[in-house]
Formats: sequence, structure tokens, C-alpha cells
Amino acid sequence: MSFIPKEKLAEDAKKILAEYEGRENELKTRDRMKIPPQMMPAQDPDVRRNNLEEVATGYTEEQARLEALRCLQCNKKTCVSDCPVFIEIPGFIKMVAEGNFEGAIKQIKTTSLLPAICGRVCPQETQCQQNCTVGKALKDVDKGVAIGRLERFIADWERASGKVQIPDVKPETGKKVAVVGSGPAGLVVAADVRREGHQVTIFEAFHKLGGVMRYGIPEFRLPNEIIDQEINTLAKMGVEFKTNFVVGRTRKLMDLIEKDGYDAIFVGTGAGLPYFMGIEGENLVGVFSANEYLTRANLMRAFEKGKADTPIFESKRVAVLGGGNVAMDAARMAVRLGAEKVYIVYRRTEKEMPARVEEVHHAKEEGIDFRLLQNAKRIIGTEDGRVKAMECLKYELGEPDASGRRRPVEIKGSEFILDVDTVIVAIGNGSNPLISQTTPDIEVNKWGNIIVDDTQKTSVNKIYAGGDIVLGAATVILAMGEGRKAAESINKQLAEELAEVPA
Amino acid sequence: MNKILYKKQLSETVFLMRVEAPLIAEERKAGQFVILQLDNEYGERIPLTIADADKTEGSITIIFQVVGKSTTDLAEKAEGDFIETIVGPLGTPTHIKNYGTVVCVGGGIGVAPLHPIAQALKAAGNKVITIIGARNKELLILEDEMKAIADEFVVCTDDGSYGRKALVTEPLKEFCEMDPKPDMAIAIGPPVMMKFCAETTRPYEVYTEVSLNTIMVDGTGMCGGCRVNVDGKAKFVCVDGPEFDGHKVDFDNMISRLNSYKKFESDAHNCRLDQQIKEKEEAAL
Repeated sequence: MSFIPKEKLAEDAKKILAEYEGRENELKTRDRMKIPPQMMPAQDPDVRRNNLEEVATGYTEEQARLEALRCLQCNKKTCVSDCPVFIEIPGFIKMVAEGNFEGAIKQIKTTSLLPAICGRVCPQETQCQQNCTVGKALKDVDKGVAIGRLERFIADWERASGKVQIPDVKPETGKKVAVVGSGPAGLVVAADVRREGHQVTIFEAFHKLGGVMRYGIPEFRLPNEIIDQEINTLAKMGVEFKTNFVVGRTRKLMDLIEKDGYDAIFVGTGAGLPYFMGIEGENLVGVFSANEYLTRANLMRAFEKGKADTPIFESKRVAVLGGGNVAMDAARMAVRLGAEKVYIVYRRTEKEMPARVEEVHHAKEEGIDFRLLQNAKRIIGTEDGRVKAMECLKYELGEPDASGRRRPVEIKGSEFILDVDTVIVAIGNGSNPLISQTTPDIEVNKWGNIIVDDTQKTSVNKIYAGGDIVLGAATVILAMGEGRKAAESINKQLAEELAEVPA
Repeated sequence: MNKILYKKQLSETVFLMRVEAPLIAEERKAGQFVILQLDNEYGERIPLTIADADKTEGSITIIFQVVGKSTTDLAEKAEGDFIETIVGPLGTPTHIKNYGTVVCVGGGIGVAPLHPIAQALKAAGNKVITIIGARNKELLILEDEMKAIADEFVVCTDDGSYGRKALVTEPLKEFCEMDPKPDMAIAIGPPVMMKFCAETTRPYEVYTEVSLNTIMVDGTGMCGGCRVNVDGKAKFVCVDGPEFDGHKVDFDNMISRLNSYKKFESDAHNCRLDQQIKEKEEAAL
């Protein structure tokens, strides 16, 4: 697919929409299927390689309405059942088609609190969009209704209109809840618990809020401004924030209950413990976890050379190991930091890549070289301990494994050398062990994930957990889904406690 | 925001500050560190050991050497000024118990993190032998404080301008040769000094703990930038450490990793000092 400038996309949409104007509700399935899927407008690849601004610029009003008209309003509604927070998708899409954007955002917000974020980072092709009737009929999941892009359009419209609604907060109950970690799970818990009138404090280890959305996902995919707005909304609701506070170290988890009087705690500390390959040469200078590379660039602002005090490695030739969103983010960040050649090295094929389709597409447009069915064997260093090359092996797909994906099998004797000065390891994250290490009573599984029951409650009374610390590295929306469930349980616990208090 | 309550210059490049941080003062244990940041927008996160704490005042003491831009900026702060961010206490505390006789070896700025550990070991009933050293008299810090808790005390300088003219490894070797030999040693200082302390005690099989200060960003296990080879495995200094068995640490790899950004920094880390010590240590062995 070649790059089409956003002006052209906007103009085409305007013309086509004019044909349907006024008869939105009379369109037959046949008519709707004829409407061309609306591409996401984006910055020109040659331009965006040199800036941190958002790559996908978002639908115009006409594009959004046109895309919304593609929805058949079918009875199956697999989109709703495939959404982790069950957004009433056909309902909001119908309103978008009619131009009722205010109605649409209200509809979304009854179930999703962070639509501007989810619209940008959710893997729609494996969730709501996966079984879309339109996509099925056109035999291409990417041609299904672009639900995420519409969600984003609506959320952005609300922000631009200045009509952002602050959710109502019930009268104060006098109950206090601590939320550990300010990532997606924590933010959702804070909002849902605060709405019931309980006091909420969010504890964050870093100096800035947002968790992985801030330190991990780059500005060009999720602008900080969007995260700031969600946090502002919480602040206006009366949620209190404590940054630079490492629960487990600055204060023990149990002390929050025993000494500080919190009535319940939600642990949403995420999966921030980078895995390495365990291969020779991995501790050479020039080998980084994607976490470190991205944190330096995003949170510590190393992209802004000359302004930021935090240094970042100046790379010419970079190999990124892995095929997920984090690998794409790291590779694309390396391009923006001035690398001349960037490889993605992944041992399966593109089909098995966990990254969002749009990110893979954008990465290719930006000139990243995908080395599929290849994997690192060892990293070779110079005499003074710096990366000078990487030895790789070629792979082929064998029999399907337990996950149903065909197992990559190495081809003996296929070793070859990739000339690189930097290797970024993006093969996943384990759960952060700080809480479990310092809270001996909390039960974890063999991977260090906190064990919860179906109400998100841990083995310790009054302590709940959710998001990546429970799931292992997953997605923003799954974390939000868990946060929702945990908040419900916390609200229930507190309501019961309040009911017990004699009048 | 953390207010600077007291500031004192200990040597040409070394400063002591007492800073308001009540929660950290309450929780911290010997061997732990903080990360501080002067500016939340563009500042760098600097790991520094907690040299002391005062729960009543709600303050911690940090001692730092000016080596780059961020530490220069920090040194320019005055009493009454604020440090935007201090987070901690981080790292696994030193395992304090009665080992018997412990030799505590501190080199240069390393005496600062050594002090609370030596203090805690003394309180736990150990016989504490202390060796402190620096390039010259001017660079020696905390001499009185270390002397006050030591059962035996040796001070040396590389150039002989004060105390014994020797590297710290010389008296360390002599203590190892005594009968009974020490039950344990702790060495904290420049990487090269720790490396050679570990090499000195190795033949005598005296368990030697070292406290590492590597490059790190978050200090909570998230970035992995601080990883070191310990016994062939990658360990994170921020959560698995900062203290490790010195006989198992791959110091050469650690030293090269410490220089990761050296060629990118206009305001380079002061490694000339390490280099000089290295030359001397090698000449001495």
C-alpha cells in the first residue's frame, strides 16, 4: 500500500460523503459495502522519520462519518462481545454516522474511560474488529469497520471541543483507597472508585504519571498531552497523586493499611522487568532492553538533544529483537534518533507478529528492514567491550506448538553476520518483583504474577491486583478491563463495610 | 520537592548535603540508595547512596562527587534550595548480623556508603576493622566518623600525604594473613579498587562484599541498564544489589558498561581518576 497524503484522503471522503448526505438511515447493506474503507491519515514517512509528532493524524469529520456508514448495524454484535470492556460499538458508530458526536462520546464513556488512548493503542484487529461482519464479507480483517479509528476520532473531537465531561462524584464516604501504579489499570480503578465517593491516592514510582503509557509508548504513537488530559480529569474528580513513591520501598504495602489507614489497595505495578535472550555478548556496551531505550527517549526526553541531561546511545546500525508493539516502538524510535539502518529481527513470520498491523505498516513505511525467520545467536564485541556485530541464525516454520502457532525451527549451518553497533532486546517483560519481594504474604505464580480470584482479589485481605502484574505483559485495554473488575470489587467491599457501621 | 537543610564541602570535588526526606529517613537501612533528579522535565536521574539518616529531623545525608553536569548542578545548590525529586530508599539492604570480625574498606567517595554499613555491623556486635584511603589527604572523607566506630583503624593515601603511604589493598592483605583471618570484608569505592580488593582476599577465601554503583534509570528493576555479570548470570544492581559477592562480579565488563555514554558526553565522567588508580594498583600487584 503506497502512502496517500491526508489532504487527498480528506478530499475523497468529502466527495463520497456528499452522495449519501441526508439518507444515512436509508442505506441498504449493498450500499454500505460499497463505501471504500477509510485509511488512517498519517504524516509523510519521510517527514515523520525526523520528528516525534504523532504519526497517525486521525480521521476528518467526513472520513469518520463515511467509515461509520460502513457499519451494517448487524444483530451479531461480535464487536461488543470481543471488546474487553464491552463498549456498545454499533450504538456509538450509528451516532457518528449521523454526526451526533456528543451522543457518541457519551455512549462510549458509559463503559470506557480512556477512549483517546484505547482508540490509539488497542489491537483492534484481534479484538472488536476481528469478527466484524463487514471484514468477514470482504475476507480481510483490515477491511472491517475501523472501530478504533472512530473511537479515537470521537475522543479527539471531545477534547478539541473543550466539552470534556468530568464524571460525577458521589458524596464523600470517608473510605480511603490506595492505587499502586499509575498505568492504565490504576487510572481506571482510581476513576471508578472515586466516583463512588471514596478517597483515592495513586502512588507512582516515577516522577511522571501514566506508567507504560508514558515511559514505554512513544509520543509519536500516544502523545503525552492525551495522557495528561486523562490525569487532569482524575485530578478534577479529587484523586490525589503521589509521585516518586515506590510502594514496597518508600513504604511497605501492608503499612498503607496498617499505619496509613487505607481501607483497600489496588496493585497495578505492571510488567516492568525486561527479559533478555541469555545469549553471549548481551552485556556488551550497546545492548539495551527496549524498556531502557524507550524510557531514556520518552520519559527522560533524551530525544531532545541539548535540552535533556539523560544521554542516549548514538547508533548508526540497530537490530531490534522481537515482533511486538514494543519492538516496533523501539525500532521506530531508533530511526527518529538518527540511526541509518534499523532491523527488526523476528524468528517467526509477519503473520505471527503480536504487533498491531498499523504499527508494522508504519514501521515498513519508515524504512525499517524486517528480517523474518531469523534470530540472534550471539552478539560480537570489540576489544573494549562494545557491540560490533550480531551473529544470526535462519529459521523455518515447523509443526504447530501448544499455542497453535507453527514452531520456528532453526536451520543448521545457516549462521550469518549482521553488521550492527546497537542491539535492542524487545522479547517481553516479566512482572515487577518489588511488591512480592517486600510483601511476603502475597501469593504469586512461578512467573511472579500476582494470583487473584475472579474478583481480582489477592491472597491478602483488602488487596486487589490487575493489569500486567496479573496477566503478564498484555495490552492497555486488558489492563483496563481488569481495573474495572477490581474497582467493582473494591466498591463492593467498601459498601459492605459502610453498611456494617451502626447508624 | 526536598529542601536542602545543610551543605558542606568535604574536599575539592566532594560535597555533603542533609536533605529533607522524612519517609525515606524512616524506612532506609544500611546499604540502600536514593535516586535524585534536579529537574523533572529534562533532568537526569542520579543514584546516590544514603550516607546517614535522621528520623527526628526527617532528613537523609547524601555525599557526592562532582563528575558530570548533573552533579555539578547539584553542587551549586545552596542550603534552603530544593531538589525536585528524591525517590527511595532503593536496593536490597545490607544483610547485617554478627559475622565476627569484618574488615571495612573504603576508597575515596566510597567511604560515604561504607559508613552506615560499618555502623550497623558494629551495632550488631562485630569487631570492625576499618581501612580508608584516597589519592591524597585532600580527598579523604569521614575520617573521624569512621575512626569513632572502628576497633582497629588504618588510613592511607596513595601519595603518602596523610597516614600510611599505600593502596588500601596492602593493609587488607595484612589483615587477611593474620590468624585468625577476618570472617568477612566489605569493599566500597571506585570499581578498580573493589576489583583489586576482591583479588586480594580471594586467595585467603575471605568472603568479600562489594557495593556497585552502575548506570541506571529507574532504580526499580524496569530498565536493566544496571545489569552486571555475577557468577555468569545477569543481575540487576538496583533490585538484586547493590551488594554482591566481589569474588563473583565481572568487574571488567562492569567498568566498560560504566563508560557506555562516555564518548557521547561532552561533560564526561571523571575516569582519569579510575585510570590512575588502575595503573597504581597494577604496579602494586
